[in-house]
Amino acid sequence: MANFYRDNNDLKFHLHHPLMKKVVSLKEKDFSESSEFDYAPLDFEDAVDNYDKVLEIVGDICANIIAPNAESVDSEGPQLIKNEVKYARGTAENHEALTKAGLIGMSLPRKYNGLNFPMVPYVMAAELVSRADAGFANIWGLQDCAETIHEFGSDELKEEFLPRFNKGATAAMDLTEPDAGSDLQAVQLKATYDSNRGTWLLNGVKRFITNGDADISLVLARSEEGTLDGRGLSLFVYDRKHKSVIIRRIENKLGIKGSPTCELVFRDAPAKLVGERKFGLIKYVMSLMNSARLGVAAQSVGIAEAAFREAEKYAAERIQFGKPVIEFPAVYEMLRNMKVKIQAHRSLLYETSRFVDIYKSYNHLSEERKLEKEERNEMKKYQRLADVYTPLLKLTASEYSNQVAYDALQVHGGAGFMKDFPIERIYRDARITSIYEGTSQLQVVAAIRGVTSGLYLEHIRGVYEKMKIRPDMEYLHSMLVGMTSEYEKCVQSVLDVKENEYTDFHARRLVEMAGNIIMGYLLLEDTVRDEHYGHSAGIFIRKAYSENRERAEFINNFELKDLGIFKY
Amino acid sequence: MKKFNIVVLAKQVPDTRNVGKDAMKADGTVNRGALPAIFNPEDLHALEQALRIKDKYPDAIVTIMTMGPARAAEIIREGLYRGADRGYLLTDRKFAGSDTLATSYVLALGIKQLFPVDIVIAGRQAIDGDTAQVGPQVADKLNLPQVTYAEEVLSMEKGKIIVKRRLERGVETVEAPMPVVLTVHSSAPACRSRNARLLMKYKHAKSVSELQEMSEDYIQLQKDRPYLLIEEWGASNISADTENLGLSGSPTKVRKIENVVFKAKESKVLSSDDEDINGLIKELIENHTIG
Repeated sequence: MANFYRDNNDLKFHLHHPLMKKVVSLKEKDFSESSEFDYAPLDFEDAVDNYDKVLEIVGDICANIIAPNAESVDSEGPQLIKNEVKYARGTAENHEALTKAGLIGMSLPRKYNGLNFPMVPYVMAAELVSRADAGFANIWGLQDCAETIHEFGSDELKEEFLPRFNKGATAAMDLTEPDAGSDLQAVQLKATYDSNRGTWLLNGVKRFITNGDADISLVLARSEEGTLDGRGLSLFVYDRKHKSVIIRRIENKLGIKGSPTCELVFRDAPAKLVGERKFGLIKYVMSLMNSARLGVAAQSVGIAEAAFREAEKYAAERIQFGKPVIEFPAVYEMLRNMKVKIQAHRSLLYETSRFVDIYKSYNHLSEERKLEKEERNEMKKYQRLADVYTPLLKLTASEYSNQVAYDALQVHGGAGFMKDFPIERIYRDARITSIYEGTSQLQVVAAIRGVTSGLYLEHIRGVYEKMKIRPDMEYLHSMLVGMTSEYEKCVQSVLDVKENEYTDFHARRLVEMAGNIIMGYLLLEDTVRDEHYGHSAGIFIRKAYSENRERAEFINNFELKDLGIFKY
Repeated sequence: MKKFNIVVLAKQVPDTRNVGKDAMKADGTVNRGALPAIFNPEDLHALEQALRIKDKYPDAIVTIMTMGPARAAEIIREGLYRGADRGYLLTDRKFAGSDTLATSYVLALGIKQLFPVDIVIAGRQAIDGDTAQVGPQVADKLNLPQVTYAEEVLSMEKGKIIVKRRLERGVETVEAPMPVVLTVHSSAPACRSRNARLLMKYKHAKSVSELQEMSEDYIQLQKDRPYLLIEEWGASNISADTENLGLSGSPTKVRKIENVVFKAKESKVLSSDDEDINGLIKELIENHTIG
């Protein structure tokens, strides 16, 4: 039987990364729960075996239920009936299958009926679901909201909401408003405390809310009257049972049509405060957004994988000029580049997931006991890395996902433009990835800190450059060393101008240069454990080398006054 | 709430759906080594029916029972991953070479050990033998009513079960007194997936034979967690009469097995003209291929 996990060796490969030992033992608190829960792992090997076997279930459901439903879900879409969102038939079937398989609340602790999975296998599941149906991946992926409640909510809030996820409760994060998109500081939806009823009441409008009619919604609202910026915002949890939200409409979108995007009107909607007042945006939503960005990166890689497979299959079957088109250089180069891009991003995706895993585990641990100094330092180190890797990953993975989908459709020729092949849906679905959860342009704003603070450079030189590599990969290693010096010079020349706008102008170029170097090293690292990655490393690094040269040339031939010719 | 006792009969079979070149041996018998061993597909549909009853009546006990060699413990584990409560593996060298009569004899005796049982559910037939005889024979040996080709259990009240049957030209709804034996058709809903938590809980479930090859740590784990032991029953556990077992209990004798390869003998080339298409449709209706 088809299985999206078993047919992709990359996933199992990343599941066995050397750093997983640390990730797993932190998450499992040295396997102390096996006496309390009959499904907790006994040791490291048992835990990884659990991930492997559970991912096989995910791969099975993806290949045999979700993917076959994707076309009808895309054409049917959700409907708004009597102020309730009714999912397409296939969406409901997908959700039920995953719920019955116990795959909602994967990262939650066992005491809330979760699986206590680290981010790495959870992100793998997200990648698999996205490959099957990117639109559905949003509905499934919003279980991230559980993690936010778990991280910041009171015990009472956790008891009330968390156990519901495993039973199939759906979730939404209600942030965007008509006048607060990228600029969430402008959120206006009002939260007022009603002392008679003893509850917070929400009033206002939210727009572009994915899965807006969810059972459990996290809502960003202005709780401090008279404030204008992010410091007046708090995070609330709204339970659908109150029926105090009007769904104005479901948006008609270009892609991910199975995922209902709603406009909502809150009318005296009772809600509970998550954590403390005023920390809504500056702390909780920032954390939620980071998980969501990791989710979009997983979605991007999943979409690219789906697109690549469609293209490869078509190119092998389509005969023109007497042979399969895959035999023509113009086509095989495209296909090979797609595969290489996907593998590079997959390596970056799981590297980032590991960083997130380690700091989050320390964070949870710090609530139970005081961390040792060494542990605190590690937590800080990985948190800083996660903070600059997440936007870098989201930026490049979503952009590449679009490129892969574009090229995959191109390989289909005219047939790809028709509704007859899945590629047109995949192409449409890819488009949102570089827009939501922060546009690519905003990811650059976050990622540039990794450039200006020197953190990327520090990690490249301090860790990747010193890695043990295969002797036959030495030439690629020296290319990367050269690229690193070139990057360093470019960064310096931009910072020397001492003008923020100038840095902003070149920011994306610099971030992407760093990304290329990092992904190059990660692929090189992969070859140590499996020589098969040598192929991809060779292609990727040579391509990245020329891309970085181009960016460096541009920066080197640019002066502050040249900004003027671009300006409006 | 009624605590229904449900037994699901399942068989481990070679996967004959993906047959490669070496699927058959030169002597015409199935080369079991070349084909992966799987849960017989229609038995999975049977398991789903049992689990649906359990969804409705959570106190119900679903027991999965299989007869086969030691490696058939895999079938029991698979059942546990999907929601069965326990399993029994009927295994004994004396069972080897059983035809449907000897198999149903053993299964019926196994089921008797679990009496009182309310419902026995089996797949309609196994993909290796395609006889569809074992379910009905078990019913006969237990002296229970049987409903074959079952597609859906509509209700179970006051000692009566109402079942929808899928027949060649329609659907029939029948009522039967319980206890009852059902055999389930492949048109019934597919079995749910494995459940993540159950999988992690039961992946260490082992039969006594399997445990013999395990480390002491592993054996200790089984002692600490008794639910991990898959019980094995041999001929003596079910008080079987040796005469009725294995080859001596199997009147079916296979005279010859032929490997049939379909070949097209004649072919026609048709154009997409209306005339050609109409002609083809007429011909297909006349020879009853369609219509």
